[in-house]
Amino acid sequence: MELVNIYRNMSRSREFELAVAELWEQGLITGEMHASTGEELVAAAVTACLTAEDSLSLTHRCSSFVVARGVPLVPVIKELLGREDGLCHGRGGHMHLFSRDYRIATSGIVGASLPTGAGFALAAKRLRPHALAVAQIGDGALNQGMALETLNLATVWKLPLLVVCIDNGWAITTSSESLTAGSLPERARSFGWLVGNADGADIEDVSQAAKALVKNVRAGKGPAFLYARCPRMDGHYLGDALVRLARHPVSDGRDTLTKVVGGAFSQGGSGLISRATGLTRMMGAIGKIRHTPAHGDDKDPLVITRKRLSKQGYDVAKIDLEAQEEIRCAVAVSLGEEHD
Amino acid sequence: MIELSLGQAIDRAIENAMSEDESIVLIGEDVPMLRAPLYARFGVERVMGAPISESAFIGAAVGAAMEGLRPIVELYMVDFLAVAFDAVLNHMAKLEAFSGGEWHCPVLIRAPSGGGYGDGGQHAQSLWGMLSAIPGLTTIIPSTPMDAYGLTRTALRHSGPVILFEPKLLSEEWLEFLGRLGREDLEFDVPENASGMVNEDEFAPFGRAVTRREGGDVTILSLAVGVHRALAAAEALASDNIQCEVIDLRCLSPLDRESIRRSVAKTGRMVVVDEDYRNYGLSGELAATVLEAGLHPTFVRVCVEGTIPYNHRLEKDTLPSVKRIIEAVKEICQS
Ligand SMILES: Cc1ncc(C[n+]2csc(CCOP(=O)(O)OP(=O)(O)O)c2C)c(N)n1
Ligand SMILES: [Mg+2]
Repeated sequence: MELVNIYRNMSRSREFELAVAELWEQGLITGEMHASTGEELVAAAVTACLTAEDSLSLTHRCSSFVVARGVPLVPVIKELLGREDGLCHGRGGHMHLFSRDYRIATSGIVGASLPTGAGFALAAKRLRPHALAVAQIGDGALNQGMALETLNLATVWKLPLLVVCIDNGWAITTSSESLTAGSLPERARSFGWLVGNADGADIEDVSQAAKALVKNVRAGKGPAFLYARCPRMDGHYLGDALVRLARHPVSDGRDTLTKVVGGAFSQGGSGLISRATGLTRMMGAIGKIRHTPAHGDDKDPLVITRKRLSKQGYDVAKIDLEAQEEIRCAVAVSLGEEHD
Repeated sequence: MIELSLGQAIDRAIENAMSEDESIVLIGEDVPMLRAPLYARFGVERVMGAPISESAFIGAAVGAAMEGLRPIVELYMVDFLAVAFDAVLNHMAKLEAFSGGEWHCPVLIRAPSGGGYGDGGQHAQSLWGMLSAIPGLTTIIPSTPMDAYGLTRTALRHSGPVILFEPKLLSEEWLEFLGRLGREDLEFDVPENASGMVNEDEFAPFGRAVTRREGGDVTILSLAVGVHRALAAAEALASDNIQCEVIDLRCLSPLDRESIRRSVAKTGRMVVVDEDYRNYGLSGELAATVLEAGLHPTFVRVCVEGTIPYNHRLEKDTLPSVKRIIEAVKEICQS
């Protein structure tokens, strides 16, 4: 039952992201819309362990957490549309979603989710015994000073903080491993944190890890760190040029490539070897994107989970249909369209 | 002469400077990809991708500059400079004064700025007012590709730290990267003539404003996108027989106070158009500049009040618009 509920939220999140992508494509959502496709399982499994007293400090890639937390979707969608009756009256937008009722805050400043989360945890410790705070963070963001500082702060203050680090391998166009020393779970471990290391496509793995860590944090044993690897299925944001370049090299790529090749062969500048390294790195990034699971293929965490639960006899198709219907209605209501 | 966008003009200035000066290195998140042509041309030793660690890499740029390199640090947006404010406020800006002029800190920070594409209030600020308040920093804010090129070239020969604000709305590359993202029919309120001709031999001096339009009734002081809005407003006002003088400040520190005073002395009316926050900033400084010279013009300012909203229409109303400028000008012409 528990796993099914997690799957239900995965499915809802995925449908939500697909609907958002459509609205974005139509130009109804402005700016950088960061889809969380590929991360749905982690968000669903973590929020499944939370109570209404717990709070969440989220990043720019927050949709799955917001959906799984159960925030009413119409105000959320209206916020993305910039409506006056949106969650934040159209003032915040997709990177700045706030809900007092659901104890959710987000930030577009990379790394900032950790200090805010530590503050949530501090308030919980003083005001709501047994409550905890979750702070979501990306792999790239764990190189931010304030994030690293928070690892120490939360330790010495013994805060009820669960950091959920989603490693999608990327920070915009940079492959994270190229600029991250050591290992992220080891960083947390070196501060004495309890660390869970999970495969973001494995529902049992993620759910067990989340439960164990939350139990520990709730018991007052100090902060914990859930590290989960997930694919970044829709690029850094909707419309990501690198994804377009990787998927449609001819139509979208020619311009970029001409510029690069032009740069590589112009006069002056570095030696040939150095220049060749530059080109090779770029091609490497594009290659990496080509190997990222696409929607609906065998490595899509949603597909993996669907198959697994279906084998266990659950009616996942029904759950998917319900999710589709829910999101379709929410979008229609948000757009002010008639709904049957 | 070549036709370039404002962003391309900065790229070109950097490329030309890097080919002349081996001590220049380019540092920033994603620069191997964002500046792929430079990366391909100058290689990994000079175009260095940085982790998301602004306080560390801007701090490191200061140290590197002290010991002989000339770092260019790219930020995704000036809003994120907040994360590394110490390096700017307490180190790069202070070094020359602290060392009695013995030590210099030639760092150029390239910081895209401003809104207009619906990204929300952490990604739309201008902040040149507060940054220009810091002694020891030079701040340049081009509104044309030629100035972008010329000011960047000057910055890369300058002995001290410079912050270059790159108005995102004037750089089609940034608009594409942050706002359009392949959605070809999406419209932004981009000023006409955002692209322009660039003469690669021309440098632009610091501390010199440019008069973009002459007129005897009202002085409009502006910079960046505001200059384009002001010119459009001036054009419309001319048909009402109000002649506006539009001055593009280009550089806030040092500020060309003389040109400001000269124009305001002539018109007796002063309008400031500023995409930055109204309070405690540029517009107040400009008022002080004329008061200190004994001038007492009628004064009105069109600036940003409050946090910039996500909603695209509200954002447009918050940023100085042609409509608001026209209203402001008419207001002081009546009083
Ligand atoms: C302080 C700061 N620096 C830079 C950025 C620009 N930026 C937005 S998202 C991002 C990458 C974040 O990577 P990661 O933490 O791995 O999260 P992901 O996007 O992969 O979910 C960057 C550099 C920012 N928003 N804030
Ligand atoms: Mg990442």
